[in-house]
Amino acid sequence: MIRMMLPLLVFIGLVGLLVAGLKTADQRQIIDSPLIGKPVPGFSLPELLDLERTVTNTELNGKPFVLNVWASWCPSCRLEHPLIKQLGRDIVSPLVGLNWKDEHDAALQWLGQFGDAWDLHLFDPSGRFGIDLGVYGAPETFLIDHTGTIRHKHIGPVSMDSYDDLVARIRQLEAEAQAGS
Amino acid sequence: MRTPRIPLILILFLLCDVILAQSAIEVRNFNTEVQELRYRELVRELRCTVCQNEPLESSNAPLAADLRQQVYEQIMGGRSDFEIRQYMRDRYGDFVLYDPPFAAHTMILWLGPIVLLLVALGAAAVLIRQRRRMLDERRGRAAPQPEQ
Repeated sequence: MIRMMLPLLVFIGLVGLLVAGLKTADQRQIIDSPLIGKPVPGFSLPELLDLERTVTNTELNGKPFVLNVWASWCPSCRLEHPLIKQLGRDIVSPLVGLNWKDEHDAALQWLGQFGDAWDLHLFDPSGRFGIDLGVYGAPETFLIDHTGTIRHKHIGPVSMDSYDDLVARIRQLEAEAQAGS
Repeated sequence: MRTPRIPLILILFLLCDVILAQSAIEVRNFNTEVQELRYRELVRELRCTVCQNEPLESSNAPLAADLRQQVYEQIMGGRSDFEIRQYMRDRYGDFVLYDPPFAAHTMILWLGPIVLLLVALGAAAVLIRQRRRMLDERRGRAAPQPEQ
């Protein structure tokens, strides 16, 4: 009896495996960042709105901040932009925009057209800092705590589904910063 | 003379592939042949993280071009293959390597096939032994062995 059931059991097992594979198929695109829990890489980049000015990571030391990677050529960035603006209103921490692999003129035009959401704008036309951050597409959003450690990475556009979670995480980092100082 | 139609088409297809594969590669100048070989090897074993299963070598994605540039600059800067691989892993994780490292979470990848093979061999051995015993029994009934 068991012998006759064996092929059926193997078949059911295989079906289970494939269904599990299908269920997690959309997560397979997401590459876990090895940078979570690591310090944010050092940077020294021009401010997009004032190229004469250089922004370094020390400027942001001691407080949590959000680093949002965007580019004018990126349609998903346009999609998430209303929520990024909303985020700027909902949180106290600085919202830093990293303009990634973009052209200066195009970026400024984009800001003029869709509005500015960020407190600080980093300009990384070569994409060098993006590589240090392990960015593999725009948009990506990093949460960095008051010790300068990367705590969370959101890949792809921020959506209504992920917004509340993101805000909760930032509030958590803000609370930690207050408890720590 | 008969014209070899199909092989010609095949050759064209193959040529297409060669042209497409090479279009993504920038012209690079190396000081030594070893550097060039190392470069070719590294861009082949590093994955383009934005593509569907494509090595850096043949990818047209802008990020892949940037990463190739990184590999090139670091080779010219005297970094070792290990250091360059580590540089990529620190940023993009194990996913960037086509050969995943042998670690606890990749154990099933490396050992799974061997375990499956052993299970299959074991099952085959059991089946063969059973069948042989069955055959022996049947033969024994048909023509009893003379007692020794």
